[in-house]
Amino acid sequence: MSTVAPQLTRTEFTPTSPKRADEYSIRTDDLSLWYGDFQALMNVSVKIKKGIITGLIGPSGCGKTTLLRCFNRINERYGNVTTTGDIEILDKNIYDEDVSVRQLRRSVGMVFQRPNPLPISIYDNVLFGMGIHDAHKSLSKSERHDVVEEALREVDLWNTVKDRLKDRATTLTLEQQQKLCIARLLPLKPDIILMDEPCSALDAEGIEKVENLIESLREDYTVVIVTHNMAQARRATDECIFMLLGEIIEHSKTSEMFLNPQHEKTEMYIQGRYG
Amino acid sequence: MSSEVTNPFETNDQERRGKKIELAVKYSTLAMTWLLIIPVLAIIIFLVYKAWPALSVEFLLDNPEKKMTAGGIWGPLIGTFFLVLVSLIIAAPIGILAGVYLNEFARDNWLTRFINLAVVNLAGVPSIVHGLFGLGAFVYFLGMDRCLLAASCTVAVMTLPVIITSTKEALASVPMSFRVACWNMGATKWQTIRTIVLPNSISGILTGVILQVARAAGETAPILFTGAMISSRIADSGWDAMVPYGLEDRFMALSYHLYIISTQWQNVPESFKFGTAAVMIGLVIAVNSLSIGFRIYLRARKKW
Repeated sequence: MSTVAPQLTRTEFTPTSPKRADEYSIRTDDLSLWYGDFQALMNVSVKIKKGIITGLIGPSGCGKTTLLRCFNRINERYGNVTTTGDIEILDKNIYDEDVSVRQLRRSVGMVFQRPNPLPISIYDNVLFGMGIHDAHKSLSKSERHDVVEEALREVDLWNTVKDRLKDRATTLTLEQQQKLCIARLLPLKPDIILMDEPCSALDAEGIEKVENLIESLREDYTVVIVTHNMAQARRATDECIFMLLGEIIEHSKTSEMFLNPQHEKTEMYIQGRYG
Repeated sequence: MSSEVTNPFETNDQERRGKKIELAVKYSTLAMTWLLIIPVLAIIIFLVYKAWPALSVEFLLDNPEKKMTAGGIWGPLIGTFFLVLVSLIIAAPIGILAGVYLNEFARDNWLTRFINLAVVNLAGVPSIVHGLFGLGAFVYFLGMDRCLLAASCTVAVMTLPVIITSTKEALASVPMSFRVACWNMGATKWQTIRTIVLPNSISGILTGVILQVARAAGETAPILFTGAMISSRIADSGWDAMVPYGLEDRFMALSYHLYIISTQWQNVPESFKFGTAAVMIGLVIAVNSLSIGFRIYLRARKKW
């Protein structure tokens, strides 16, 4: 039996259809979410633009991570979650019957607070995603190697690890592990990359390098990044969404939010008066 | 020289008492630990000393002769081997798959809690009750009659809860972050289990299974009514000596053999009784050492 391996493709910004500033990657409409009886998101309506870096900020427990986890429906794996409202990713309602959750998660990648490379080799980590989507079967050995090289070059890790691709990924430094966690999403051709405090386990040097990497992903990918670090939100994002107790308080350009916040609560939070 | 400087950290009576208690606790716990080791050593030394006249290669490889007053223990030994083998072939797949379900798929609801409670309770059921259950369920109800298969099924039921529990624990020791990483790339639960969770927990799972070898080999009660027999004539050499019992045959087993020659038969040399016991203990120690060594080997290879 011969099976044709599915081709992994993504919607590209082609030169003939220049990116419009009002093109949105993620749209939620009246999104509410409950963990059991506890309501974690309250009527969230938000539009996240394509190809920019959007920061999600707010004090602990305000629903940032919960909102992030909605965008690839991974919340459903955590049990006892109820959701109402709509989420459109790339103009498609992800709760539609004809949406494959696996394809959604391929297209919407996630990076975590604590780097979590899989306990296999660096090489296998990069190819792991293709493996679970049966996309590497049609590739020759050298093509696979090219996939690995391209992904690792994109995160600026190739030169460091090219001589030890067969080493366990867990032998890398935390900063390298986090870069690898980003690299392993790339062969899946994602459109959106979600990051849940991707720098909070790193030292200052690591933070700088990973921030530079995130910066380089702009345009090619829509990046949504949860952060507790106000300074990071300020320097690394284009737009910011401020959340409080499950609600969106303010959503504006980062420069505007930090210079001229519209809400008193936003102002007090970014000044560090609470949270 | 000023002698007025008082020591601000001077000890007091309460502390001195506390220190005595500290020492008392330390040495009494140490003493209890030694008390544990002494019986183990005493049993082994006593057994080997008493068994010494009988222990030989012939004792292992010869069949019992003349109402067990001569020969060796080959029949019971090979019987125990097949009992353990068949019971684990039955129990290991069921137990491991059940453990995978309970740890990876089951949601935390009343049914799961009930199943977990049942597993814990099943582990506490006395072995003689398992024996009676096997007699009722396998020998009579399923009509197997007393045979190797019925006894193996009974022993399998007895070992299942521990295999399930150790499988669950081994799976639970795999960090959640690995699963989360897989799921977020679109992996199904089975893909996650197959590619990441099982390879990283297999040492723990197999250790749990291997430890049940000792238990299956040692218990008398479950096979008492379900298939063990006092004596059966088996060939001295060739294929029939290697595989003397089919699944539908009654069989000899070490634990039952020891029980019989110790309580039911006259004129069995004392060294034969202790020899049988020493072989059983030796098997248990060998299997446990094997599982510990196996664990150390696999642990050294795994790193996260």
